[in-house]
Amino acid sequence: MTPEAPPRTLAVIGAGPAGLAAALAAAQRDLRVTLIDSAPQAGGQFYRRPAAALGARRPQALHHQWRTWERLRDGLAEQIAAGGITHLTEHHVWFVERVEGEGGFAVQALIGPEQQESVALRADAVLLATGGYEKVLPFPGWTLPGVVTAGGAQAMLKGGLVLPGRTAVVAGTGPLLMPVAAGLAGAGAEVAALVESADPKAFARHAATLAAHPDKLAEAARYGVQLLRHRVRLTPRHTVVQAHGKASLEAVTIAALDPAGRVRPGTERRFRCDTLAVGHGMLPHTDLAEGLGCRVDGLNVAVDAEQRTDVPGVWAAGEATGIGGAALSLAEGHIAGRSAAARLRGRTPDPRAWAAAAKSRTKAREFAAAISPVYAPPAHWAEQLRDDTLVCRCEEVPASAVREAVDELGATDARSVKLLTRAGMGWCQGRMCSAAVAGLAGCEERSARRPFARPVPLGVLAQTPDEDEPTPSS
Amino acid sequence: MSGHTVTFDGREIPALPGQTVAAALWSAGITAWRTTRWGGEPRGVFCGIGVCFDCLVEINGRANQRACLVPAAPGDVIRSGDEDVA
Repeated sequence: MTPEAPPRTLAVIGAGPAGLAAALAAAQRDLRVTLIDSAPQAGGQFYRRPAAALGARRPQALHHQWRTWERLRDGLAEQIAAGGITHLTEHHVWFVERVEGEGGFAVQALIGPEQQESVALRADAVLLATGGYEKVLPFPGWTLPGVVTAGGAQAMLKGGLVLPGRTAVVAGTGPLLMPVAAGLAGAGAEVAALVESADPKAFARHAATLAAHPDKLAEAARYGVQLLRHRVRLTPRHTVVQAHGKASLEAVTIAALDPAGRVRPGTERRFRCDTLAVGHGMLPHTDLAEGLGCRVDGLNVAVDAEQRTDVPGVWAAGEATGIGGAALSLAEGHIAGRSAAARLRGRTPDPRAWAAAAKSRTKAREFAAAISPVYAPPAHWAEQLRDDTLVCRCEEVPASAVREAVDELGATDARSVKLLTRAGMGWCQGRMCSAAVAGLAGCEERSARRPFARPVPLGVLAQTPDEDEPTPSS
Repeated sequence: MSGHTVTFDGREIPALPGQTVAAALWSAGITAWRTTRWGGEPRGVFCGIGVCFDCLVEINGRANQRACLVPAAPGDVIRSGDEDVA
């Protein structure tokens, strides 16, 4: 503690694995941390838990790495009690800006479930731990009620203790599918099929990398055992070609993929189900970073070895800097928090102090790099779209309109398609359709550069800046 | 755990403390609570984490609330309906 100097303040945005690790690392080194998160309780999507009032007897049954969570949770409670961390729940950050003249940053957040009022919070520095969300590529019937993202099914299970439906199909690609299928089966749903488009043989090419990660293999094996116990068989090299139903989902048709990633005609199989949990990987939330002017490489916020963005005073950690899972997020968050603690005091940190976290970060990034090409959606997924299949769910833009924009009107990028068809102009601001539009337009998927990270009432934007809210630096 | 009730289009449905509106509706077997502007298609929860806005619903007279984010409070009046353009 340095009583002569005012405490330096850090706003950590997001209370998932990266944000929690960062907040703890910074607060333990005497920064005054404001941890700002949209959820009613800490944990993010990975450590999402039922509300305490739900009285779940064994919430850990739906989780792995529960001990890590307990360590983070207890650390957070200690820091809150000691005044090191102020945890602001149900604060939906929509913009972060540099405060001209005075220095530091203003974090603008809509409060409560209503999200009608906004508060401005001041801090000397900002650490973005905004996480990611699921990517889903369209297919005929994907807008039917009962079709949910794999992560959405897990969120309902973890957070609401609700079983989404009685009979489920889990499909798509990526490491999330196994835990989702195991979670649904464990909660009593019949999992009629677990459909993965990846070819398990492709993992053999990365055998050396995988062998270096016995923890990951053990994790996969654990899910495998759980799935066997519930008689759920993995169906690899298959994809969903259609979801059927009128008012809601009634059945799903899957088909085998050939080595080129095309559906093999005549291999279709139909499963009756009321839930389809589907996902094709994850995308990082980069809106706040882009609003601050941080460099984004492809889809990821660019950071240096200390997790600093190229904007002075702004750090980033976790999925926002590249999808890689909870272990990577924890390591990055820890490094970012320690770097911020040193830099805000004008000191150059010694990376040897966080060597263990850096090693863990390197290993986790290697692992993510090895598995991401294996878990790629089928190369020819777009051929499954019928002309009337909606691509943009919000604005109800069918594939035919996007194809017309590309084939006849000459659009070669997502922005032109958007201007010609309205795909991406709706409520979700293209978060659900940008991957599909890029795929159909044959262009590279890019971050969308949204001015605000979430919808903001016009009344909030019309208000004069308000600095009378409690600020961590006052 | 003790529950409470909310109403959905006048029908009483049970909800548990801390449960979201979407979770309470799913528990009651309701998977769709909105129709789209152009196609009139039914929609319910999709992403489950507040990103996609498919699960919009009217709660206590406030339109366009995301059912997957808002906790179901005792006595909440939840209404389906056509999408409102805000």
